[in-house]
Amino acid sequence: MQATSDEVLIGRIATGDRLAMQVLFARHHVRVYRFVLRLVRNETTAEDLISDVFLDVWRQADRFEGRSAVSTWLLSIARFKALSALRRRPEQELDEETAAAIEDPSDDPEVALEKKDKSALIRKCLTGLSAEHREIIDLVYYHEKSIEEVAEIVGIPENTVKTRMFYGRKKLGELLKAEGIERGWP
Amino acid sequence: MNTMNNEAHERQDIEDNIEALLPWHAAGTLNRRDAERVEAALAGDRELAQRYDLVREELGETILLNETLGAPSARAMQKLFAAIEAEKAPRRRPSFNLSGRIAEFLAGFAPRTLAYSATAAAIVLLVQAAVIGSVMVDQFGSTGYQVANIPTTDGSFATVRFAPQATAVEISAFLEANKASLVDGPKRGLYTIRLAVTGLPKEEIAKIFKRMQDQSKIVELIAVVQ
Repeated sequence: MQATSDEVLIGRIATGDRLAMQVLFARHHVRVYRFVLRLVRNETTAEDLISDVFLDVWRQADRFEGRSAVSTWLLSIARFKALSALRRRPEQELDEETAAAIEDPSDDPEVALEKKDKSALIRKCLTGLSAEHREIIDLVYYHEKSIEEVAEIVGIPENTVKTRMFYGRKKLGELLKAEGIERGWP
Repeated sequence: MNTMNNEAHERQDIEDNIEALLPWHAAGTLNRRDAERVEAALAGDRELAQRYDLVREELGETILLNETLGAPSARAMQKLFAAIEAEKAPRRRPSFNLSGRIAEFLAGFAPRTLAYSATAAAIVLLVQAAVIGSVMVDQFGSTGYQVANIPTTDGSFATVRFAPQATAVEISAFLEANKASLVDGPKRGLYTIRLAVTGLPKEEIAKIFKRMQDQSKIVELIAVVQ
């Protein structure tokens, strides 16, 4: 049996159908949450933001024109809200979080063991990337967004999407190199 | 100046380079033409193929990293629906689309279910029509049957039950021919229609509705709303 499409759900939400809202929320909230969490790095903030994202959907469903996928629309709203929340946060808090993300707790034996694991190191370096690079890598690899869709979500030209992804991957390679992993590229 | 030129050239190289498409190829989000270009390049370039392996490695780890982020607590949903409850339903109501509603409704049933339902509905409608018809004759003669008033501005209103076999196209043509429009429904299978003509005596309005009811292929029942 075919599930109701996101577009049909949005149409129903536009008429005030709360059940359709529940279905859409159940379908997308985890991915939207993870996207936001990777940007704001705070679970409580991320939870608050996804409520806001879906509340915007409730309010604006009748303006959705279907030019892009609903998931792309959701991520666009989520990104805008995450960046607005980041701008409101004190800089000191941001610096501490960034430092924590790339910190090398070498005195922790568990982490020391983990360092031998290449997979864990790649994930650690993915976390240590700048917000700009984290965002684009997540959108392409995890949220399966095409070049055009990333361009729409981030609000940049398609060629810039390609170069930003390239430099994001390059930076990842440099971080891995600093951790002792030589991949032969870049 | 030279540095700027070099950067611009590097960017141009990246944009033109097929290697820049590898992440999307790995994720399966390239269009067919680009995917074929990448496949052809990978088949003939061993170094590119090795780099593609790195991309696939990054892809797998990015998915794993995101999947370990967990999920939001129920608080997010509670907060959302509390906010929705506190608000009114969205202000703008989309335009009334009868054929869309009928199609969406019917799409939810299996053909056999539809056949049984149509038969049962036809019987129920016939009985209902007979009962309501006799009430109308007894109480109001042939001119009409009073139902609840609808707050209106212009025009005359009637409650309509369309025949089960009437198609959306036939209903649309019927409304257009009679200069009528649907303004509400369905409520228990009944629609409210508005007759655009104004200023006619009640008897004339009743005649028009009677004429509409005579088109039994489309209309099962019409009751004037006063």
